[in-house]
Amino acid sequence: MDYRDSNDPPSRRRILQAGAGLAGATLLGSGFPLNALAADKPALGNYPAGTSGSSVFIGICTPRTGTYAAQGEDEIKGYELAIEHLNSGNELMHRISPRIRKGVLGKTVKYGIADSEAKPNTAVQAQSRFISENKAIMISGSVSSAVAVAINKLAEREKVIYLPCITGSNDTTGKDCVRYSFRQCFYAETAANAIGPVLVKNLGRNKKIAFLTPDYTYGHTVRQSMQDALASLGGWTVATNQISPLGTTDFSSHLLNVANSGADVVININFGRDAVLSIKQAKQFGILDQMTLVMPYNTPFLAKEVGANIMQGVYAGTDYWWTVQDRFALAKLFNEAFFKKHNYMPEWGANSAYMQVAMWADAVERAGSFYPVDVIKAYEQGKTVQSTVGPVHFRPEDHQLVRPVIIVKGKKPGAMKSADDYYDVVEVVDGGPLMQKPDAFGCKLGSYT
Amino acid sequence: MLNWANFVSQCFNGLVLGALLALISSGLTIIYGTLGVLNLAHGAMFMLGGYAGWLAYEYSHSYVVAVVAGSLFVLVAGIFLERTIIRFFYGRPPEDQILVTFGLGIVIVELVRLGFGSLSKSVPAPEWATGITSLGFMIYPTYRLAVVAIVAVALLALYVLLYRTRLGMIVRAGIEDAQMVDALGINAYRVFMVVFGIGAMAAGFAGIVNAPVAPITPDIGGDILVQTFVVVVIGGVGSFPGAVLGGLIAGEILSITSMFDPAYSQVMLFAAMTLVLIVRPYGLLGTQGRA
Repeated sequence: MDYRDSNDPPSRRRILQAGAGLAGATLLGSGFPLNALAADKPALGNYPAGTSGSSVFIGICTPRTGTYAAQGEDEIKGYELAIEHLNSGNELMHRISPRIRKGVLGKTVKYGIADSEAKPNTAVQAQSRFISENKAIMISGSVSSAVAVAINKLAEREKVIYLPCITGSNDTTGKDCVRYSFRQCFYAETAANAIGPVLVKNLGRNKKIAFLTPDYTYGHTVRQSMQDALASLGGWTVATNQISPLGTTDFSSHLLNVANSGADVVININFGRDAVLSIKQAKQFGILDQMTLVMPYNTPFLAKEVGANIMQGVYAGTDYWWTVQDRFALAKLFNEAFFKKHNYMPEWGANSAYMQVAMWADAVERAGSFYPVDVIKAYEQGKTVQSTVGPVHFRPEDHQLVRPVIIVKGKKPGAMKSADDYYDVVEVVDGGPLMQKPDAFGCKLGSYT
Repeated sequence: MLNWANFVSQCFNGLVLGALLALISSGLTIIYGTLGVLNLAHGAMFMLGGYAGWLAYEYSHSYVVAVVAGSLFVLVAGIFLERTIIRFFYGRPPEDQILVTFGLGIVIVELVRLGFGSLSKSVPAPEWATGITSLGFMIYPTYRLAVVAIVAVALLALYVLLYRTRLGMIVRAGIEDAQMVDALGINAYRVFMVVFGIGAMAAGFAGIVNAPVAPITPDIGGDILVQTFVVVVIGGVGSFPGAVLGGLIAGEILSITSMFDPAYSQVMLFAAMTLVLIVRPYGLLGTQGRA
């Protein structure tokens, strides 16, 4: 708009346009979110700068290199499918939330992807760029909990909503929780409470555990939760806890300690390539022939990479396994859409990314505005959404999704019905009753503005 | 309380870890010693050997073919890189050399990722080396024992090449005084090309030999590169025996520390390097003023 335009009195054409807009709004009836038309919200974060055009931007930052690269790529596939489905008004989005139509509040969703290398500093830099240069209205992605808690703080400071993807640490929605972040996958504590009874029932009481623990917030909190749950449920004790830095390639010295520890069960908390390497090497050291392997927070693609031979009989806790499609109709739709694009069944990173985007779109549609405070309050209503693992809702006090935990067990190679058929779903455990009180891990949400 | 069985196991394991580090480091150190180029693409060479070998294995299903193909591919790749890029940097300042080799490393890693993805690839151990061997005081994966023997033979071959051949004599002379070698009318540039190729091949060979131990991914060279530098600094920059000694020391430090607390094994490795830098800044077997 140039100088002269802005000073001219409203033309006949402009008045007609405004009139048509008003008539349209009336026609759409009471279901139309009136907030979308009201521009009376103060500027906050990237609102309204990031929402004034015909599209909104999402900043996606996942590890594409390093130990967690495979899982990061998996997430990207989920994000891309979700955004494609949002923009095309796919049926699956509509089934998750009938409020989702095409785009979000009628705006096309655009996105950018950056590599976090699973390093907090790199991720903060990349997301800061998305926020300042692309005016991102929402940012998402993580495989490392260290990254998730770092971006939590960034989101809180910049007043931009952040949706972590893979992050198992108790800290993410515990002591490092923030008003501007919402987690889809469960607490380490919930995973431990879900898999604990299954382990005690199937493996017996008073077992000795060898932990393989990655040395950061995720590893330590999962280890603590598993240790506490198994001690109280079945009197299990710790024989050794082998801590390794993220990105370890040789676990031989850790494994020798495990071999000499007298443990009965190896609980491997490592994730990504660390999980693959530690398991393969444990097999080479003969440890898996003497001890039972358990994966409390299972890593996407693990079975594909280490092979069904090693994974048979292994108990694992996971966010999503594709054969839950026998129980949940939306899982079937998701699997089919994903398979059509990528020719294999989706793993949980992709599912988590997809669901995060879908639930965000639902919250924005319910808020009727991209104004962050309204969107957060829409999340905090705790409205039930249909997901690929059944009905779920966010807990307002800590922004944690209340959702089931899927317990799987590795199939014998001969029992696999297809190339992706690695696990039997042992149990779909209702997550709600397993969750600790919202403030048990010290969550204090910050202010809205 | 010290568990003696575990202690002996860890000492032995340190030897195994150290052998591989020694081989990779010797490749790095002869390149630096002769050419004066700090090759930050060395980790990528390690990874490249793994992938070339894996590809050969996919077609031939033979471990021997995989090892030969992996090593030869990296030898050729090393010579190609030296001819097309590295040789233009001999006369340039060290920071230029570091930048170009670092950049090359990134390009190679990303090309491999583009071609083969981020999921790990495995080469199984050969039939004769699968399973577990009981050593009396411990059980140990047979293939890891084989790795020690294979690496020992490779190091011996490198030793013979460096200390018992004319090429080796020129290389060692070049390490001591490159200008003098030039002045004697020897075509140092051809030697440089061969040395770069052999140095890269040492890493590539280690890469494919290690593939059955740790499945390969495009990033696998990154961590190895860091440890290799530590080894070279401990042993003495440019010294072949230093690389071997440094490798074994590093392996033992990693393994024995992890017996007490694995979280500290990397810390101890760097602490040892710091100590060496304070006491003998040119490394245990390095010579003052070299390179």
